[in-house]
Amino acid sequence: MPLIVGMSLLLGCQFLGESLARGLAMPIPGPVLGMLILLLALMIHGRVPSALRKTGEGLLRYLTLLFVPAGVGMMVHGRLIMADLWVIGVTLVVSTAVTLAVTAKVMSWLNQRRLRAGGSA
Amino acid sequence: MTVVALDQLWVYLYGHPLLSLLATLVAFIVATRLNRLLGGTPLLHPVILSIALLIAFLLLTGIDYPSYFEGAQFIHFLLGPATVALAIPLYDHRERVRAMLVPIVLACCAGIVTAVGSTIGLAALMGAAPETLLSLAPRSVTSPIAMGIAEQVGGIPSLTAGLVLLTGSVGCALGPWVFRLMSIEDPSVQGFTMGLAAHGFGTAHCFASMGAMAGAFAGLAMALTGLLTAFLLPLMTTLLGV
Repeated sequence: MPLIVGMSLLLGCQFLGESLARGLAMPIPGPVLGMLILLLALMIHGRVPSALRKTGEGLLRYLTLLFVPAGVGMMVHGRLIMADLWVIGVTLVVSTAVTLAVTAKVMSWLNQRRLRAGGSA
Repeated sequence: MTVVALDQLWVYLYGHPLLSLLATLVAFIVATRLNRLLGGTPLLHPVILSIALLIAFLLLTGIDYPSYFEGAQFIHFLLGPATVALAIPLYDHRERVRAMLVPIVLACCAGIVTAVGSTIGLAALMGAAPETLLSLAPRSVTSPIAMGIAEQVGGIPSLTAGLVLLTGSVGCALGPWVFRLMSIEDPSVQGFTMGLAAHGFGTAHCFASMGAMAGAFAGLAMALTGLLTAFLLPLMTTLLGV
């Protein structure tokens, strides 16, 4: 039963999120709004129900498997990828390296400033 | 009892969702074993391997993607509730998030603007096709959210899914090297950076090789990046006129 209760909670939040996104024509994916709704509900409720934790953490543990069907869809775009192969390759490597460097720099700089200014973590 | 001819049986299975559902699960198991045999290298991540195995299987058997997806959609559907479930780790770390709120949000915005800006800039500079460009833009965000964003801004969701996965592998390979180069040693900073640039792959990699603290921050960065990018990216593409 906990799996069914947990799944119902997750799907319920997704349903609310999808309805809200469609209803208000918002440029945000429905599941993302669903995640916000669940977060808000958890804040109000004050703890994570065990049924929800069981289902949610189970799903997140196998998150990587869930990407596979969509990833196989790359085969349909073979020609598009081949045409832009170099662009895609260079962009992926360079942009990822720059993103890693900038994020790490900003985060560690702000963190040191915060520790120096307040002293308390 | 009559035995059905093998070719008739194949024709039946061929058009049945059961075959592609089973193939997806078996490919994932084989890929996970194979990756472990190869020492768990992030460059040959189980997901990348499973996708390669499945594409080879589909090309060999002549099954087209829409027929494959008929069965695989049962797995694909779970991405929605899994995205919603990201609220759970976010809620678990709410105290630490509150204490470090300003650095977290500012670093997250800086990272997103860098990721999206450098991706669009580089790809446009090298003359990528518009749909490739828009499919690349959300590549540092966790797949379920990235695919939703790609659909919103006019990219191709399934192409984005593949590019997101490749970004994850690249991020896991480059991350430790970048940290050494910049002498970043704080596990919370390392974790946050990996989660931002390499989403779920980075998070899994942190839990496996950098400890629980880095893993928790990576999960937080992944959720926050997904959330903020969903708001920021449509704005940025409009501003950049893509």
